[in-house]
Amino acid sequence: MTNLQMNKSTMAYTLCAIALLALPFGYDNRTILFLITQVFIFGIFAMSYDLLLGFTGIVSFGHAMFFGIGAYSVSIILDRNEPTMFYLVIGAIVAMAIAGLVSFIAGILTLRLKSHFYAMLTLALAGLFLVAAEKWRSLTKGNDGFVLQIPELFRDRTNLYLTCLISLIVLFFLVRRFTQSPLGRILMAIRENEQRVESIGFDIMHYKVIASVVSGVVASFAGVLYILSLRFVDTSVFATEVTLDALLMTIIGGVGTLIGPIIGAGIIEFAHHWLSELSDVHWIFERWIILFGIIYILAVIFFPRGIVGSLMHMWGKKRYKKHNQTKNEQKKVAS
Amino acid sequence: MDTILETKDITIAFGGHVAVDEVSVQIPEKQFTSVIGPNGAGKTTFFNLLSGQLRPTKGDIYFKGESITKLSPTKRTRKGIGRSFQITNVFPNLTVLENVRLAVQSKKQVRFQMLKHFKSYKDQEEKALELLGEVLLKDKANSLASNLAHGEKRKLEIAMLLALETEILLLDEPTAGMSLEEVPAILEVIHNIKRQGDRTIVLIEHKMDMILDLSDQVLVLFNGQLLAQGTPEDIMDNETVQSAYLGGLYDDNSA
Repeated sequence: MTNLQMNKSTMAYTLCAIALLALPFGYDNRTILFLITQVFIFGIFAMSYDLLLGFTGIVSFGHAMFFGIGAYSVSIILDRNEPTMFYLVIGAIVAMAIAGLVSFIAGILTLRLKSHFYAMLTLALAGLFLVAAEKWRSLTKGNDGFVLQIPELFRDRTNLYLTCLISLIVLFFLVRRFTQSPLGRILMAIRENEQRVESIGFDIMHYKVIASVVSGVVASFAGVLYILSLRFVDTSVFATEVTLDALLMTIIGGVGTLIGPIIGAGIIEFAHHWLSELSDVHWIFERWIILFGIIYILAVIFFPRGIVGSLMHMWGKKRYKKHNQTKNEQKKVAS
Repeated sequence: MDTILETKDITIAFGGHVAVDEVSVQIPEKQFTSVIGPNGAGKTTFFNLLSGQLRPTKGDIYFKGESITKLSPTKRTRKGIGRSFQITNVFPNLTVLENVRLAVQSKKQVRFQMLKHFKSYKDQEEKALELLGEVLLKDKANSLASNLAHGEKRKLEIAMLLALETEILLLDEPTAGMSLEEVPAILEVIHNIKRQGDRTIVLIEHKMDMILDLSDQVLVLFNGQLLAQGTPEDIMDNETVQSAYLGGLYDDNSA
């Protein structure tokens, strides 16, 4: 039965993926396609955040740093060399290696302690990277940022759309398998009750560091894709807002659901787009972040499971009712 | 009779308060040892020292003659000391089956496998179901642990502990907070474990009939100190114990 359900969800995801893959060939609105590309990128980023927050129960306030590491690594390498595929791949590898190393260090330094230490250290490290990006002008060109050339292939918007989508699909299925692996189940157990995980014989430190590294590496890859879509980099990739966006996407979509943050990314990106357009109507829409603040508070109070979480909860309840009904009927028949 | 677990002068102080004070005991292998004492006597703290949740300020703990004082709870579990908790301590948002399966997974040493689906380990699931059968909880296998009644959570605790197949089982008040109707079931589970005879069991309890019925040896803690140690009969006859712990109880009965 559970196998069948799993196949059902995999099938649903596959159908969505096929529809999205076909979209650019039938629909030609450049603005919307670009927006959807951004959704894919932030979907990857939010998914990596969910791996920490939703699956392991670790709060990070500096997730933007991995995004920024990805963005700057690939930008600097492409800027200093020929903008070819080769250097892009090198850039992506360097990005993921640095992100892996930083998340590893942040992990071993703080994950032995209570989780808010990780939150504080990541916040501090992200601040450090932001300052470094501002001050190390010879490397980053400071606050002004710089425009860069990207490989020929990705200058075509459709190609970029497809690349981001395929990356999202591959990473989604990989991360999903990761969360459903024996190791992933230990992460979920850590989220539930650290002390108990320890007492059944797992060294929680190892698992938290692994979660931190996997999440950091995936986030840095989102940063790489982001740069390909903008062809420009500046220090805003390290900004706290980037982390807050990921947090908001994860919470609105559904913490610990993996698909939720991707849907959350879609909602936030589109809402951002439409609300900004409404700024002609009233100035408040230009300050859309204020509205999001309110949505955020309301979501946490009234909608803590997020969209996907709530749907799953409702569905689970229905199934439970049905299950009980059939049980009762069976009892009646038996008696 | 070999000693499997031994403490030498273990002491732990929280600030000025000495919770466990120079306790030296031997726990004999494959026997049933109970730890009793009034509230605040340091029983659970003593357990926390044995299982590694706390480190002693002074003194040593030996498992099969080897010092384990500096080992983490994880390492002690792997060596063979498993424990259940007084306040139920399960994974609330995972299913009952998954709670036990995780413990089985630990026993089978599947620790860093991250590409295979957890359901492909059929043996773990089967073992977990078997253990749930042992603690009379099989029909709840697919409920969330948070939806269990208190008594059922205690059974789940024990199933998780059994899954680890440790040589020593430390049971911290398995009947705490249970309604009277729920107690016999858990007692049956403990009896079954004892009957198998291959484990060393250490039990903290308040229910004296249970202690007298099950124990080979009783340790009495009072104000963090070891007040007495002996067979249940010895302890019942011990006057110091009576005045310190059971005294009031007997006065009531004779009145």
